[in-house]
Amino acid sequence: MTEYLLIIISVVLVNNIVLTKILGLCPFMGVSKKLDTSVSMSAATAFVLTVGSITSWLVNYYLLIPYGLEYLRTISFIVIIAAVVQFTEMVMEKNYPYLYRVLGIFLPLITTNCAVLGIPLLNAQLSHNLLEAALFGLGGALGFSLVLILFASLREKFEGADTPELMRGSALAMLTAGLMSLSFMGFIGLDRL
Amino acid sequence: MIEAILITLSITIIIGVVLGYASIKLKTTGDPIIDKIDKILPQTQCGQCGYPGCKPYATAIANGEADINQCPPGGDDGIHKLADLLGVEYKPLNAEHGEPKPKSVAIIDESTCIGCTLCIQACPVDAIVGAAKQMHTIIEKECTGCELCLPPCPVDCIDMQVIPETTENWKWKYPIYKIEQQN
Repeated sequence: MTEYLLIIISVVLVNNIVLTKILGLCPFMGVSKKLDTSVSMSAATAFVLTVGSITSWLVNYYLLIPYGLEYLRTISFIVIIAAVVQFTEMVMEKNYPYLYRVLGIFLPLITTNCAVLGIPLLNAQLSHNLLEAALFGLGGALGFSLVLILFASLREKFEGADTPELMRGSALAMLTAGLMSLSFMGFIGLDRL
Repeated sequence: MIEAILITLSITIIIGVVLGYASIKLKTTGDPIIDKIDKILPQTQCGQCGYPGCKPYATAIANGEADINQCPPGGDDGIHKLADLLGVEYKPLNAEHGEPKPKSVAIIDESTCIGCTLCIQACPVDAIVGAAKQMHTIIEKECTGCELCLPPCPVDCIDMQVIPETTENWKWKYPIYKIEQQN
């Protein structure tokens, strides 16, 4: 039990996918201007990440490893993730049309979010079992959401703050991201994984 | 080698089948949110919101280009309904786009009408019949009360007439005081 808890804590705080592994920076910078959209974006990414890591674990374990086809891992994971994203998009368009419109182009762009490919690849590399893989995916998604929402809230605050003119916009965002990454280094030592 | 091809093929075929089935099962016709917004709008096609009609305004709301408080004929009630549908905060009607008025129809004073057809071209719902140099008249049932025919008329023969309240069209009114405002 503690093992599973450790996986979650480790991937949310210590090995945070965005701030420590520097994956998934495109939505981190792109969708963090408004808190509302960043919340829905993290929800969509969380779903895709969890389902994607489970399905790619199944494919990896039952199809690729038994036939010694590990070299096909990357390409088959890409195909699977693209399919999961496509499916999510269809479900969302049908059931949550407003959310679908708000997310717009960012929804299909989850396909190219490297965090979503990175987590299944790390799963395979660390030879997790199914439950561990699912928790790893979920934890990665939680970590991603946490950081994205924190960052979006910070950026919303900056909009009204009295900041030097040269620093406004992307420059300040980059610096903030760097500082956040530094502060997340404080979590090192929380786990032994 | 053969295994690699077979496995890649089977993965793609399974995914193709699942996605194909899902696309039939989860098919959406048109854009449901635009239709839902369009249904709430009063369909006067008056253009007071700044868009050429109710459907374009609904599209603009759905795309996030327009605010929900630009429709005077829809009134407060319409804004409340839109806010509920879209899950956003209610906001009072934007006065720039006009004041809500009682529902009325246009009436042409037939003795002064010169038959210029200008109002026919302006009417968004084709509620005016007539021909060049013949007097025009308005089909009351079709008229939405949008007032778009008033400015083009060169002899000012069109009047807006408030529809009187009769037993046919009377409705229960909403309470004047909100419950939480009473104490």
